[in-house]
Amino acid sequence: MMSHEELEQTTAKVQQEQRAAGDRINVCVAAGCLSLHSDAVQKSLTDEAKKSGARCSVRGVGCMGLCSAGPVVSHEPAQAVAAEDKTTAQPTRLYGGVQPGHAAKIVASLNQEPVRELAIDTAMPFFAKQTKIVLENSGSINPESIEEYIAAGGYRALLRALHEMTPAEVVQEISASGLRGRGGAGYPTGLKWATVARAAGATKYVICNADEGDPGAFMDRSVLESDPHRVLEGMILAAYAVGASQGYIYLRAEYPLAVQRLGVAIREAKRMGLLGAEIAGTRMSLHLEIRLGAGAFVCGEETALIASIEGRRGTPQPRPPYPAESGLWNSPTLINNVETYANVSPILARGSAWYAAQGTAKSKGTKVFALSGKARNTGLIEVPMGMTLREIIFDIGGGVPAGHTFKAVQTGGPSGGCIPESLLDIPVDYDSLMQAGSIMGSGGMIVMDDSSCMVSVARFFMEFCMSESCGKCVPCRAGTAQMHGLLTRITEGVATHRDLDLLVRLCEMVGATSLCGLGQTAPNPVLSTLRYFKNEYLAHIEDKHCPAGVCECATTPAEVNA
Amino acid sequence: MSAAPGAKTFVIDGVDASATPGQTILSAAREHNIFIPTLCHLEGLGDVGACRLCLVEVKGARRLLPACTTRVDEGMEVTTNSPRLADYRQMTMQLLFAERNHVCSVCVANNHCEMQSMATTLGMTHVEVPYRFPALTVDASHERFTLDHNRCILCTRCVRVCSEIEGAHTWDVMGRGIQSKVITDLDQPWGTSETCTSCGKCVQVCPTGALFQKNRTGERRGKDPSFLPYLRTMREEL
Repeated sequence: MMSHEELEQTTAKVQQEQRAAGDRINVCVAAGCLSLHSDAVQKSLTDEAKKSGARCSVRGVGCMGLCSAGPVVSHEPAQAVAAEDKTTAQPTRLYGGVQPGHAAKIVASLNQEPVRELAIDTAMPFFAKQTKIVLENSGSINPESIEEYIAAGGYRALLRALHEMTPAEVVQEISASGLRGRGGAGYPTGLKWATVARAAGATKYVICNADEGDPGAFMDRSVLESDPHRVLEGMILAAYAVGASQGYIYLRAEYPLAVQRLGVAIREAKRMGLLGAEIAGTRMSLHLEIRLGAGAFVCGEETALIASIEGRRGTPQPRPPYPAESGLWNSPTLINNVETYANVSPILARGSAWYAAQGTAKSKGTKVFALSGKARNTGLIEVPMGMTLREIIFDIGGGVPAGHTFKAVQTGGPSGGCIPESLLDIPVDYDSLMQAGSIMGSGGMIVMDDSSCMVSVARFFMEFCMSESCGKCVPCRAGTAQMHGLLTRITEGVATHRDLDLLVRLCEMVGATSLCGLGQTAPNPVLSTLRYFKNEYLAHIEDKHCPAGVCECATTPAEVNA
Repeated sequence: MSAAPGAKTFVIDGVDASATPGQTILSAAREHNIFIPTLCHLEGLGDVGACRLCLVEVKGARRLLPACTTRVDEGMEVTTNSPRLADYRQMTMQLLFAERNHVCSVCVANNHCEMQSMATTLGMTHVEVPYRFPALTVDASHERFTLDHNRCILCTRCVRVCSEIEGAHTWDVMGRGIQSKVITDLDQPWGTSETCTSCGKCVQVCPTGALFQKNRTGERRGKDPSFLPYLRTMREEL
């Protein structure tokens, strides 16, 4: 049984150990830096620290955000580790592009000047303009240590809710916070929780949708790799609020590191009595299992995801009934995305009013984005809702590479759209992005410059939808293939105006008639590029010319529909 | 005439109508002799809402709704036909015709094909989208039946009748999107299937020439799925 006192004891013990260990060298071991062999960097830093006898510890931590500078290493001086007030403490030093060969230099610099050639300016807008709630622990705690999560304030919100709040009060707090689903559609989270809580049924389920699949999106992956307990705590709180005692985390098998760290987190939470039967000595029980997705994008759609957990073919079903009424094994089921759950514990810890004070009128809190493409700084960022796209791309992202001009930013993945330069001053929130012909989506943000052909971009996303369509309903199965064919003709320079008209008709029809969100939103990348970059389509059709020089427009008529 | 207990009253194409609790728009419409086109629906099988021909407009709904799976709510206002719906339905038929190799004149199901008659009913005069003509196989390994993927529209009636009525679950779908296809067992030749009972229900419910009986020509090649509602009713009443 875990109590508040034990949480405080664990915290004190961890802090004492950390003070005793002296300076702290943190190596990012999340997927981005690991792919650049940060494990080797960690090993040589550990060896070097041992050899030098310096009073320091070397730890693997989660994502620090600036993936383009990886492998990233941070150095927290001993005074900063011990300081109660982090703002006045000696600042953390950040290094990028660290190779195993740099280890000796970094260890030698502990009480000296920072290593100049590796230093990253921590005051630059990339860091200064972010607000971290979901990512507050990412890059500062060891993701495989429940003690460090507890020392960072973790699981207190859960214990307080279990002992001092009714389930209805938890739902009320989430409703009052204004939190909306971070999976993309932005459905009010409190309303969803209330529906499941109200639904009749002895058995209810909670599901975490971790089947992140948009091209260029790695937010959920990073959260699970960097701070898995935050997601678990959110799920347990949700289960308490709606009355569920069984839960599933549907995680794609392509994320082996997330699978492993989540597995460790579940085991550790059980060991501490924070998961399983009689959580923290209360009557509340929650059994959580990981279910691995086999690589189908459509299984991120909630009814397909549920079918997949049930062991059936992962195809969507018409809604209603919504999972909140009849979901997994026909029981009321709460299904939320990773980032949604990651927001729950801070809301309960600091109060709904604190959360609702951030963001815009209808979009509260922050949003995590995976910033990629043609930006100088790429990586994982968290910004308050309402920040303009321009600030994100030009201040945080540092703009496009020298010698190029910005063309568009793609948000929302294959369900979203491309937003042109003229609209960069709109605030990032669910409603503004939708008005601009795109969507918030799960958080992929791809920056494109003048070297990108917008027809080619639209074709890429249509190819994605075509190959990820489950094949159940006719418009999505056959319609995306036809639209892809028409877009291919345009990029090849053999299309006519009639083809363009047909493409537009198909966009409307597929969007209006498809069974699930995949088909319903598949036309969005085409429609948004047609809205803002129609001249590029016309150049391919009328002049057989690709303005960006990407497409090889045929000079001789290509074979037609062989 | 008094309504049955719990009956729902609603308006369909401007006419006042009633439905039993839980009844779908499609079922209620047919009782009131209102035509809604369908291909994947078949009386006696579970509905999947896949062909999208039965989409109707429901006042207040954000999207078009499939009549086959949407239950009638009290006070619902349903429109089963409009220029927009007619246009979408024609396009759906066009997409189906262009998806594989549907050349009626050389098809075993010519004149006995639900897809063909649906195209006629919906006034489809030509196909605007390019025919895809994918290279597909024919499985004639079963001694009595043949599967021709070229004519399959993936309505999954065969899958459902085999699973829900015969209980064999020989049929399923493999692959994704445009690559999807129906399979027997784990994509083995039909003739070698160990689960197939050779009952032939799949052939009788297939709306096109994708599944057909060997050595049946001329007027004998028609199909008769009328056993289905009978079987379902019998089982429900037992």
